[in-house]
Amino acid sequence: MDATLTEVEKGRRPTTIPGLGRALRTEEMVISMGPQHPSTHGVLRLDIVVDGEIVADVIPRIGYLHRCFEKHCEHMANYQQVIPYVDRLDYVAAMSNEFGYVVAMEKMLKIQVPERVEYIRVIMAEFSRIVSHLIAIGTYGLDIGAWTPFLYCMRDREHVLDIFEETCGARLLYNYMWIGGLSHDVKPTFKDKVLEFCKYFRPNIKELNDLLSYNKIFIDRTASVGVLPGDVAVNFGVSGPVLRGSGVQWDIRKNDPYSIYNRFDFDIPFGKGEKGKVGDCWDRYMVRVHEMEQSVNIIEQAAKQLPEGDVQSAIPKRISPNASGPRRVRYTCAPRPRRASWGTTSYPTGEVDR
Amino acid sequence: MIAQELYDLLKTTFSDGILEAKLDGVIDPWVSVAPDRILDVARFLRDDERTQFDLLTLLSGVDMTKGTLAAVYHLYSMKRNHKIVLKTFVPETHPHVQSVASIWRTADWQEREAFDMYGMIFDGHPDLRRILMPDDWDGHPLRKDYQVPEFYNGMKVPY
Repeated sequence: MDATLTEVEKGRRPTTIPGLGRALRTEEMVISMGPQHPSTHGVLRLDIVVDGEIVADVIPRIGYLHRCFEKHCEHMANYQQVIPYVDRLDYVAAMSNEFGYVVAMEKMLKIQVPERVEYIRVIMAEFSRIVSHLIAIGTYGLDIGAWTPFLYCMRDREHVLDIFEETCGARLLYNYMWIGGLSHDVKPTFKDKVLEFCKYFRPNIKELNDLLSYNKIFIDRTASVGVLPGDVAVNFGVSGPVLRGSGVQWDIRKNDPYSIYNRFDFDIPFGKGEKGKVGDCWDRYMVRVHEMEQSVNIIEQAAKQLPEGDVQSAIPKRISPNASGPRRVRYTCAPRPRRASWGTTSYPTGEVDR
Repeated sequence: MIAQELYDLLKTTFSDGILEAKLDGVIDPWVSVAPDRILDVARFLRDDERTQFDLLTLLSGVDMTKGTLAAVYHLYSMKRNHKIVLKTFVPETHPHVQSVASIWRTADWQEREAFDMYGMIFDGHPDLRRILMPDDWDGHPLRKDYQVPEFYNGMKVPY
């Protein structure tokens, strides 16, 4: 093999010019990439050390989007007021955020929620997963030049958002799952609409596969690219579709079930390296597509079993972390009792710990 | 392995390093570890055939009030499918804990966050600096006795 090529493969810039035979002085350069505008979402700054066109080192700086959620939540008068905040942690899948928070709170306060609430929550969380994955898939295609699949994804996403809007009046930030219950019961037509959506959405996944997933150009650009090995992913605490894309068959809904997930029949999709290596970009993408299929399965089962009941019967009348203590003083934190709760739930982009 | 077995195993292996345990609580059972033994305990829990805790789900700092800080480690074993919570209590005046970033890389950023928010110092961490707050920020915002400053670099901080 050519000596110059080996140096590139080692991740170094070639220091000799072919044919000239003498060393060229090179030095590394630090480039600050981002942050873009303060109002851009997901602002991240990367200090990149480049050696020619080869990135030698990356130092991420993530504090630009720090919105002090914990500090705000400390200043809330009760646990219920936190729910609109958790919506905003990731507005693409707000229902899943709420689910994680209320599960942790109910564990701490020892609240048993009615069956109907559990079923509706599961349906909503899985809808949330579909919505989030549609955006992930659509924009992923968009970023590498496929415009049409994005529009198809957005079209299908609208149908889910319509169901959300009909249920709780909001399309993105719901404040829907409350500690011990739900803010509204679903409409009488809910079950039919959900089943209708499942029927409508299944062929669309196939259409998406034909358009994008098995498109040769798309495969060429994503297969064997950005490989994340499974053991590295576990050691770095990666979860969600990214972990499963690395071939680790791990899903908190199956391995450590919460709520009523143990009642449903579904599979855990994971990366198999069909088009390239296990854990490449295509695997991570495809896990999301398969997860949407599984979510439709869960939604269909849950909608068919949906029991009757009151969705607000278990909501506690008064929850305050410090009912007898002094009211909080501005700028300082009132002492809180030493109670901590922690719940892990599955989330479109990984596990959430609240 | 259930929590009681894990506790017995840890107690026999690290007699002086294991301080107390609460295995029947409402929330997950936890074991308290001495701050200067946490690295050994972590390595043992990851490498031992019986435990195999390959995943650090979450590392968080807690202000327990009354001058005590805590680091809480939620561990999970994907191979064995069991879990345990470790806690380390340190005084606010000397908040030194051994870093476990060499065992689980998840701990790298999460220890930085605990340092940023609570001022806990993780000895042996490869790059312990603030992660969320600006580098020149004073104090550690999630401490219970933290006072929100009126000015930052001469600029008034609006409430």
